[in-house]
Amino acid sequence: MILAVLEAEGGALKKISFELLTAAARADEALSSGGVTALLIGPGAAAAASSVPAATAREVLCAEGVAFEHYAPQAYAQAVLAASEAASAKAIVFGATSYGRDLAPRVAAALSAGLLMDVTDLFAHEGGLAARRPVYAGKAIAQEHALGERAVAAVRPNAFAARSQGGAAAPARALAVEVEAQNVRAKVREVRRETGGRPELSEAEVIVSGGRGLKEPANFVLVEQLADALGAAVGATRAVVDAGWRPHHEQVGQTGKTVSPGLYVAVGISGAVQHIAGMSSSRTIVAINRDGEAPIFKLADYGIVGDALEVLPELTREVGRLKG
Amino acid sequence: MNIVVLVKQVPDTATRIKIASGGTEIERQGVNFVVNPYDEFAIEEALRLREQHQGQVTVLTVGDEKSEEALRTALAMGADEAVRVSAAATDSMTTARAIASVVHGLAPDLVIAGKQAVDDDEGQVGSLVAALLDWPQVTVVTKLELKDGTGVAEREVEGGVEIVDFSLPAVITAQKGLNEPRYASLPGIMKAKRKEIRQVSVDAKTVGEPTLRTLSLQLPPERSAGKILSGMDASSAAKELVRLLHEEAKLI
Ligand SMILES: Cc1cc2nc3c(=O)[nH]c(=O)nc-3n(C[C@H](O)[C@H](O)[C@H](O)COP(=O)(O)OP(=O)(O)OC[C@H]3O[C@@H](n4cnc5c(N)ncnc54)[C@H](O)[C@@H]3O)c2cc1C
Ligand SMILES: Nc1ncnc2c1ncn2[C@@H]1O[C@H](COP(=O)(O)O)[C@@H](O)[C@H]1O
Repeated sequence: MILAVLEAEGGALKKISFELLTAAARADEALSSGGVTALLIGPGAAAAASSVPAATAREVLCAEGVAFEHYAPQAYAQAVLAASEAASAKAIVFGATSYGRDLAPRVAAALSAGLLMDVTDLFAHEGGLAARRPVYAGKAIAQEHALGERAVAAVRPNAFAARSQGGAAAPARALAVEVEAQNVRAKVREVRRETGGRPELSEAEVIVSGGRGLKEPANFVLVEQLADALGAAVGATRAVVDAGWRPHHEQVGQTGKTVSPGLYVAVGISGAVQHIAGMSSSRTIVAINRDGEAPIFKLADYGIVGDALEVLPELTREVGRLKG
Repeated sequence: MNIVVLVKQVPDTATRIKIASGGTEIERQGVNFVVNPYDEFAIEEALRLREQHQGQVTVLTVGDEKSEEALRTALAMGADEAVRVSAAATDSMTTARAIASVVHGLAPDLVIAGKQAVDDDEGQVGSLVAALLDWPQVTVVTKLELKDGTGVAEREVEGGVEIVDFSLPAVITAQKGLNEPRYASLPGIMKAKRKEIRQVSVDAKTVGEPTLRTLSLQLPPERSAGKILSGMDASSAAKELVRLLHEEAKLI
């Protein structure tokens, strides 16, 4: 069996969960492991389980209760280990999200299992699980093989196509997990939201990012307007984040977020290696830059050589007309 | 407050990657090696905590003799002691086992690692060490406060910030935003040159079996040349771009 550790919020599955079900199916095929079991931990697990399609999982295990009210890596790892045991999992797949990246190593350590982190593809190798993953900030691609009896993988958001939703729900059942309070020594107390109504960068299908070419912070309203017309998230370069024009959580790149949306629009961004590190796996890249020689054009599928301050309002209008 | 900072030496982020002839590693010749950028935030945070709470900052790396350069940089920034661990570690798990065994002996109050190493881009060693020691962890931390054996940290998550309560000893991994790393002062650099770097060997039994093996390392496929519109007025260029994205790329 493959165990897919899904993510939900407020009783609804997150987009990454459907991508995870695709990745789990891939791992199941690679290992001929006998199917996929899904796991949901925390408040609303049972509610979210009802939208896991029967076509994607044999069963959904739900761990709810006081121990899981707030995210706590030690308690959650216990639940994953209990589910892995119950399902006799050959591999456990997480999303390479802030949740999966935090939790997967604890599970891997407990199982002495190889952890394939931030993978974009999964395949079989010598009877075990192997993966492709970007390394050196996307400047190289490694193929890695997880040795040993069990493997753990965390899959990059937007790298696997989401499994179709709807249809009959997979059967769900509660998973009993013993967690001793004294063994849980880190616990989330509170979550502060910071997106201001726009989609979140790591999950967004479309991102519009701005750089120093916007000239001044006030001009970012032009980036926001295009983003809103496209239903996109807003990103930024380190240059404008360090200058205090944009909040830190919007930074894309080596020291910011790694994103791989379907469409990435880079406006007034030169295309420094450290920025490219965070967005080069975007499927389609559009660049708008005054300088036709800017390195970002080497990466771009489409582009406009022109003044961002003039082009942005025109683009927003055109997109509005098309969608309107 | 005794703190161990985990430091890794990595290629400078601007390095052009070439694949070595074996096809599983990069060509190291001509590469400029630096302290992993996130580890600089980790070192800085440790130094600030020492200023507040007294105690000692020990920097630790698992690596060959060359990796001592990274330890010297950390000493020059102000770390008190440096340990180089020799171990037959070939992946994150074996590295973490080696680190955990040495950290266990040092018994610090806190371990700070970087959020991720910018060579393997894994971001797992910090949490692996925490798990192996059965300590709590808080990863991707942008704010940290400690008081009487407990701590509060803020960690970056999708669309927001989590505020985490934890108790010491613990492992923290540092994200940009945590602080602004200082530059080494000239006297600091001079002093660091004379400091002794302690060598510790970890035996094969402790390091255990590797859990990952690199099958191959390749350069990513080149992207084909794009359609770049130039010499058009803003309005026609915008119209044409939206048309292409709609009709050709079918993205909007
Ligand atoms: C260790 C390290 C880590 C880093 N991490 C990151 C990271 O995570 N993310 C990141 O982004 N950077 C990072 N950087 C910084 C990076 O090297 C660049 O400095 C930064 O990305 C440049 O930002 P920019 O493109 O906004 O600015 P610039 O490089 O100044 O580019 C501005 C661009 O705007 C264009 N322009 C100017 N006026 C106009 C106009 N009117 N219309 C259209 N275009 C115009 C210019 O032609 C130019 O190409 C890092 C650097 C280091 C050393
Ligand atoms: N060989 C090593 N020696 C010391 N610390 C390391 C080593 N490898 C990784 N680390 C630490 O673990 C962090 C995450 O590394 P990684 O899991 O390799 O991405 C780094 O930022 C370092 O703080």
